[in-house]
Amino acid sequence: MSCCAPGTEGAVEAERASHALPSSEELMLASRMVGEGLRQVDLSVPGVHCGACITTVEGALNALPEVARARVNLSTRRVSVVWKEEAGGRRTDPQAIPAAIRATGYDAHLFSLAAEGDDALRNQLIRAVAVSGFAAMNIMLLSVSVWSGAEAATRDLFHWISAFIAGPTLIYAGRFFYRSAWNAVRHGRTNMDVPIALAITLSYIVSLWETLHSAEHAWFDATVSLLFFLLIGRTLDHVMRDRARSAITGLARLSPRGAMVVRPDGSRDYRPVEEIALGEHLSIAAGERIPVDCRVIAGVSDVDRSIVNGESDPLAAAPGTRLEAGAMNLTGSLTVEAVAAARDSFLSEVIGLMEAAEGGRARYRRVADRAAQFYSPAVHLLALASFLGWGFYDGDWKHAMLVSIAVLIITCPCALGLAVPVVQVVAAGRLFAGGVMVKDGSAMERLAEIDTAVFDKTGTLTLGKPRLVDRDKLNRAHLALAAALAAHSRHPLSVALAGANAGPAPVIDAVTEVAGGGLEAVTAQGVLRLGNRAFACGTAATGEEAHGLSEVVLACDGKVLETFRFEDALRAGASEAIAAFRRDGVEMAILSGDRAPAVSRIAGLLGIGRWRAALSPREKTEAVAERAAAGHRVLMVGDGINDAPALAAAHVSIAPATAADVGRQAADFVFLHESLEAVPFAYETARRAGRLIRQNFALAIGYNVVAVPIAILGHATPLIAAIAMSTSSIIVVVNSLRLRGRLPAFAVRAADEARPVKPMVRAA
Amino acid sequence: MNTLIFLIPIALFLGALGLGAFLWSLKSGQYDDVEGAAWRVLDDGDDKPAR
Repeated sequence: MSCCAPGTEGAVEAERASHALPSSEELMLASRMVGEGLRQVDLSVPGVHCGACITTVEGALNALPEVARARVNLSTRRVSVVWKEEAGGRRTDPQAIPAAIRATGYDAHLFSLAAEGDDALRNQLIRAVAVSGFAAMNIMLLSVSVWSGAEAATRDLFHWISAFIAGPTLIYAGRFFYRSAWNAVRHGRTNMDVPIALAITLSYIVSLWETLHSAEHAWFDATVSLLFFLLIGRTLDHVMRDRARSAITGLARLSPRGAMVVRPDGSRDYRPVEEIALGEHLSIAAGERIPVDCRVIAGVSDVDRSIVNGESDPLAAAPGTRLEAGAMNLTGSLTVEAVAAARDSFLSEVIGLMEAAEGGRARYRRVADRAAQFYSPAVHLLALASFLGWGFYDGDWKHAMLVSIAVLIITCPCALGLAVPVVQVVAAGRLFAGGVMVKDGSAMERLAEIDTAVFDKTGTLTLGKPRLVDRDKLNRAHLALAAALAAHSRHPLSVALAGANAGPAPVIDAVTEVAGGGLEAVTAQGVLRLGNRAFACGTAATGEEAHGLSEVVLACDGKVLETFRFEDALRAGASEAIAAFRRDGVEMAILSGDRAPAVSRIAGLLGIGRWRAALSPREKTEAVAERAAAGHRVLMVGDGINDAPALAAAHVSIAPATAADVGRQAADFVFLHESLEAVPFAYETARRAGRLIRQNFALAIGYNVVAVPIAILGHATPLIAAIAMSTSSIIVVVNSLRLRGRLPAFAVRAADEARPVKPMVRAA
Repeated sequence: MNTLIFLIPIALFLGALGLGAFLWSLKSGQYDDVEGAAWRVLDDGDDKPAR
């Protein structure tokens, strides 16, 4: 891997710095107490890849006074930061942490898999694998000497030693299977673990019996190596298991707990949202979320309705405007009239949609479970049939017992148990190398099945941030003037305008921001106004043109100097991603909360024929459900809070790492790099994984078809059992490893670009 | 047969030693960041493992 080269172009830095840092609120909620006024938060830093990166990021973080310690984990591309809640007598703003990482040129996302890292069961399983591996190795060594023809006394000694090693191993490492099998049997069900538990217990008991009677054959090696292979499969499966997660708590947190109610007599009273009645007047300060659906009766402000439509452009709110619960009041204070109770408000509706959607998702059954459903009864029947068959055939019930145990051992789903998890772990590793995090194995199975891909527009197909169009054709002086004004505002269009000006800008003081209008400054040349056309030109207002581009007008004393148009730039790799899906014959559609002209423009650029605009979260979810009802399996790619119910309702879903926390929680996959090509990459990997899983099943079943008749006929000696079992497992693992391979160009490029932007001394 | 009396215990002991070493290294977090450890060895200021 190449090391960090010093000094890359500022454009990359500007590009990278553009999307929003995780908010302080999100960071606070994601962090956990570690005692003594310290909190810990884990951030994903996809760019780190060498020793110098570690030094840079840790150095930058440890330089912050509020950071107690920071440690980069290069394998998981994460940094865990422990920070003091209070430093130097004031509360810490956790946003300083990602900001410090960003300042070194690396990207930082707040993205966590639930309870990753300290997973107690995983560690127990790994210890059990180690113990059973040790036991299997030693017993196998002793068995080899027995097979090579040890004399009777030595053979018995070796059998006894094997018995002493196998016994404790069975109890220690086999407890996972016993527990699960007991649970199933107690509830009158059967699962894969029942034949496993039966096979290892019976074979151990019979081997012990044989050893007591100085018999020639004992199956201790088969028992323990069976356990070893099965535990490997179980451990890998645990890594890829379905994680219990819910985006609902994240949504619920967006809901304010209370609101300031203004009584008719003018007195004010802070009350919980549940107690706000229809028609009551509420006062909402700048920076507060709207508590219930309401209508503005006084005041003007800009309101961030990204929760409703996913758009970053704030809505200008004036008397008469309807606002939804959960939207954020940005600039001015408002007095509003409640038009719905909290439980009928927009946010409750979205939470309800999420609950319904997450319930539906749980119905998917994984391939391995579906296989187990048929496999386990078949094995039981087969073993029972050979027991009864041999018993009645020659009346030797002990021999019949031995044969049926041999059948249980031979059919034991070693290869089957490895078939799915090995592929999924290898596939997850490949996806991770390509910057895609997968939440669980079932998501990968579902992704391989899709035939329809539905995209959100803003933030998914596009970057969700405005970019100035035709910068070179504009008058330089006007651009500089506009940038000087825009520097005073946090409005997304102003930020874009200020960023677009490369040269020096005049200094303008005394700029006032008019909520819902724009910026105004009184200068020597006259009154400068920058904002929407109606505001800038005074009364000469014309309606917004239907060209799909946002515009900002710079005017001097009501005379238009310049019109700035902004487009929402396409996300890198968007057209390549769409082309890749088209090649694979996947149907595509855009579902957006944005206005129709803007959506139509993007759909035209990408050549997607089906699109719908101005959708509410409910309509998006319904559109996804309609496709599903028509027999399609839908992949939803989206990022906003408004996409969250649709992400949860779709067959499988993908979100960018820049998505809202709720969106990331609801999605099955999260891609860390900017390029949208990660989506077809994930699809292709999932399909290849699906193919390999089917091949593995075929291999495992093919092996059984050959081996089971040998066992039923009573020819399965311990040697044959050991060879057959090990080879089938090894073949399955080797076949799965074929999934590794070269990473696609976009992932390699992303890794190269993720270099620190400032010169630095190498660590060595 | 005579040699087996001490060879087998020695073999088992050595195997158990390996197992013990693996379990210890697992417990002390040496597999938490395999890639990072390879780079940290080059860093003068960082000479102790995490936690």
